Amino acid sequence: MEIIRNFPCLSILLAMFSAIISSALKGAGARRLNTFVVTAVGVLSACTLYFTHVTGKSYVYVMGHFPAPLGNEIRFGTLEAGMALFFCVIMLFSLNGGREKIRLEIDPGKENLYYIMVDLLLSSLLALVYTNDLFTAYVFVEINTIAACGLIMIMESGRAIEAATRYMIMSLLGSGLFLIGLCMLYDMTGHLLMSNVQESVRQIAAEGSYMIPLLVTIALMVVGLAIKSALFPFHAWLPDAYGYSTVSSAAMLSSLVSKGYIFLLIKIIYRVIGFDIFVQSRIINVLFVFGLAGMIMGSTSAIRENDIRRMISYSSVAQIGYIYMGFGLGTTAGMVASVFHILAHAATKSLLFVSGVGLTDVADDNKQFIELTGAAYRNVCAGLAFTVGALSMVGIPLFSGFISKLLFSQAAVQSNLKMLPALIVLAISTVLNTIYFMKTVIRIYTPIKSGYPSVFAKDHPLYALTLLCFVALNIVLGMCSQPIADWITQGLSVFA
Amino acid sequence: MSRARKQSDYEKTFAFRFFRWMGGEKDAFVGNMEMRPQKEYVEEEETIQERMRDRQQAMEEVYDSGHNKELRFFNILYRCFSIVFCVAVVALLIITVSYLPSVGREDKPTNNIVSDTYISEGLTDTGAVNIVTGMILSYRAFDTFGETNVLFIATCCVMIMLMVDEDKIRENKESNDRGFEPKNDAILQVAARLLVPVVFLFGIYIILNGHLSPGGGFSGGAMIGAGMILYVAAFGFDKMEKFFNEKVYKCVKVTALICYGCIVTYYFLTGANGLPCRIPLGEPGTILSGGITLPINIFVGSEVACTMYAFYALFRRGGL
Repeated sequence: MEIIRNFPCLSILLAMFSAIISSALKGAGARRLNTFVVTAVGVLSACTLYFTHVTGKSYVYVMGHFPAPLGNEIRFGTLEAGMALFFCVIMLFSLNGGREKIRLEIDPGKENLYYIMVDLLLSSLLALVYTNDLFTAYVFVEINTIAACGLIMIMESGRAIEAATRYMIMSLLGSGLFLIGLCMLYDMTGHLLMSNVQESVRQIAAEGSYMIPLLVTIALMVVGLAIKSALFPFHAWLPDAYGYSTVSSAAMLSSLVSKGYIFLLIKIIYRVIGFDIFVQSRIINVLFVFGLAGMIMGSTSAIRENDIRRMISYSSVAQIGYIYMGFGLGTTAGMVASVFHILAHAATKSLLFVSGVGLTDVADDNKQFIELTGAAYRNVCAGLAFTVGALSMVGIPLFSGFISKLLFSQAAVQSNLKMLPALIVLAISTVLNTIYFMKTVIRIYTPIKSGYPSVFAKDHPLYALTLLCFVALNIVLGMCSQPIADWITQGLSVFA
Repeated sequence: MSRARKQSDYEKTFAFRFFRWMGGEKDAFVGNMEMRPQKEYVEEEETIQERMRDRQQAMEEVYDSGHNKELRFFNILYRCFSIVFCVAVVALLIITVSYLPSVGREDKPTNNIVSDTYISEGLTDTGAVNIVTGMILSYRAFDTFGETNVLFIATCCVMIMLMVDEDKIRENKESNDRGFEPKNDAILQVAARLLVPVVFLFGIYIILNGHLSPGGGFSGGAMIGAGMILYVAAFGFDKMEKFFNEKVYKCVKVTALICYGCIVTYYFLTGANGLPCRIPLGEPGTILSGGITLPINIFVGSEVACTMYAFYALFRRGGL
C-alpha cells in the first residue's frame, strides 16, 4: 500500500516523459503513446484515490532529498486524487470523440506535435492539482498556457491563429498578475511553500501589519486566475478560442484548462490565504457580483449567437459564473457546490462540444442554425447525446446539472444577505439556459427534407461509444450525487 | 634600393597586399565580393490604390464608419478607459510596494531560515560550490525540470506555427524565398571563423564549470546556441547540415531530456522513500563533483543550445 504514495509524482513524470518521447515519434505512435499514458495516469490516480479514501488523510510527498521549506513537495488527499482521475477520464473521452476530426483537420506531419501538447497539458494539470508549492504552480501555469495556445492554433486557419493570439495575450496578462501577486506574497512571508505561507499570512492578519499589500496580493492572484479561467468581464477571448479550434481542443480547453486554474484558485483560497481570511476580505463580494453578472451576460450572449459552437462557448461563460458565484457565497456549502459544478460542467460541456460536431458534420460543416434543421435525424446518436447535454445544462433531474443547481440553491439559502440575489439570478439564468438550449434541440429535431447525407453509428463506432460514455458519466454524476458530495466535503476538510 | 626578392615574388606576399590596401591603391573587396547598391523599393501606383480601396471598403461596408455612432463611441470610450485603467493599476502597484518591507532591512521576512540554510548547508548538501546552481538543480529540482519543459514546449509551439513541409517547399520553389541564402559575406565569414570556436569553447566551459563558478546549463547552452546561429548566418544551412541536421537535433534533444528526466525521477523516488542517493557528491571544487548538478547541467545545456538554434532556423526558413 505504501508504494501508492509514489503514484502522484510518477503520474506527473510519466506525462512529461511521454511528451518527450512523442517528439521522436510519428503521428500514429504519438497517438498510441498518448492514449496509453492518459489511461495509465487514470489508473494511478484511481489507486491514489482508493488509498487516500481508505486512510482519510492527506499526504505530503517530498520531491527530492530535502524536506520543505528547502525543497519542493507535492501533497495529495482524496479531493486531489479524485480531480486527477476525473481530468484523465474527460481527456480520454474528449480525444476519442474528436479523433476523426484530428486526423482530418491537422496536417499529418504535425500530428505528433498535437499529442506533445496534450501530454504536457496533462502533466501541467496534474502538477497544478497536486502541487504544494506556489512557484511550482507558476511554472506549470506557464506550461499549461503554452500548451493551450498550441492546441488552438494547430488548425492553422486564420481564425484559429487569431484566436490563439488573443488567448495568449489575455492569458499572459493573467499569468503576469499572478506572478506579481506571488512576488508580493513572497516578500511579505519569505516562503513559497503553501503551508508555510499560510502560517505567515495568519500571523500578518493577526498582527495587522501589511494589511494593504495582503489585500492587493489576494486581489492580483484572484484576478489573474479569473482572467485565465474566463470569468465574465474577461471572457472576450473565449468564444473564438473554443469556436475555431478542433473539437477535442475545444472540449479540453473548456472542461480541463479553465478548471485547472479554478482548482489552483481553490487551493490558494484554502491552503495559502486561509478560508476565513479570504472570506473576511471584501474580494469575495467582488467575485460574487461578477459571478452573478457572468451567469446572465453569458447566457444572453449565447441566445444572440447564430453559430452552434460559439453558442456552446458562451454557455461556458455562464457556467464559470456559477462556479465563481459559489466561491462568493463564502461558505463551505458554496465551495462544495462549486467543486461539484466543476465536475458537472466539465462532463457536460465536453459532451456538448463532441456531439455538436456530429451535428455540424451532417450539415456539411455549416455551424449556422438554419443548416442544422433536422440534423438529429441524420445523425441519431449525436442528436440524442446533444439533447442529454442540453437537458443537463438546463438542470433537469436525473442529469448532473440538476444536482449542481440544487447544491447552489441549498448553499445560497444558508447565507443571509446573499440568498436573494443568488436565488433570483439562478432562476433567471436557468430560464435563459432553457431558451437557447431548447431552441437548439427543437431546431435539430424539426423534420425537414434536406440534401445532406445521413451518418450511422456503426460507421463511427469510436465516436458513438464515446458519446455513450459521456452520457453514462453524466447520469452517474446526476444519480449518485450524495457519495460524490460526501467525497468533496471530506476532501475539502483535509484540504487546508 | 636593394631587394632580397623579385618584384613579382613580392607582389604575392601578404605585406604587399596589406600596404597596397593601406595606401588605398586597391580595395581588396572589389571584384571578390558582390557589391550592388540596394534598389529603392517603389510601390506601383495601382497597388497603392487597391490597398486604399480595400481599406475604404472595409471601413464603409463592414463597420459602416460614417454612420456607426456605436463604433465611434466605443473607440473613444476604449481609449479613455485604457488610459485610466493603466494609470490606476500603476498607481495601485506603486502604493502597494511602498507598504512592503523595505529592501535591505535585517528583519525582512525573506531573510529567514530558508536562505540561511541554502548558504550554510548548500555546499555539504549538494556538493556544488556555486550555491545558485546547487539550489536550482538539487533543492528545487522539480521546478527546474518544469522550466526545461517550458523551453521544450515553446519549440514545439513554434514548430506548429512555422514548420513547412519539405515536399511543399520543393513543389513551389519559385514562389518561396526561404531557400535563398545570403551571398557570401567575407567580413562575416572571417569573423565567424575566428569567433565560433571560441564561443563554443567558452559555452562548454561555462556548462562544465556550472557547479564551480557563475553560470550553468542555461547560460552556457544559450552561448553555444548563439555560436551556432553565428555559424549558420556566415556559412549557410548547407554547411551547417553537415554536422547538425534535423536528425541530430532530434537525437540530442530527446536524449538530453530523457536522461535529465531519468536523473530527476531517480532523485525524487530515492529522496521521498528515504533511500540514499547513489550519485557521489565528490570533493567540492574539483570538476567531477556536485552530485547530480554536473550531469543535469550538461543535459540542460544541450537542450537550451538546441532550442536557441531551432528558434532561429524555424523563423528563418521554416525547418531545421
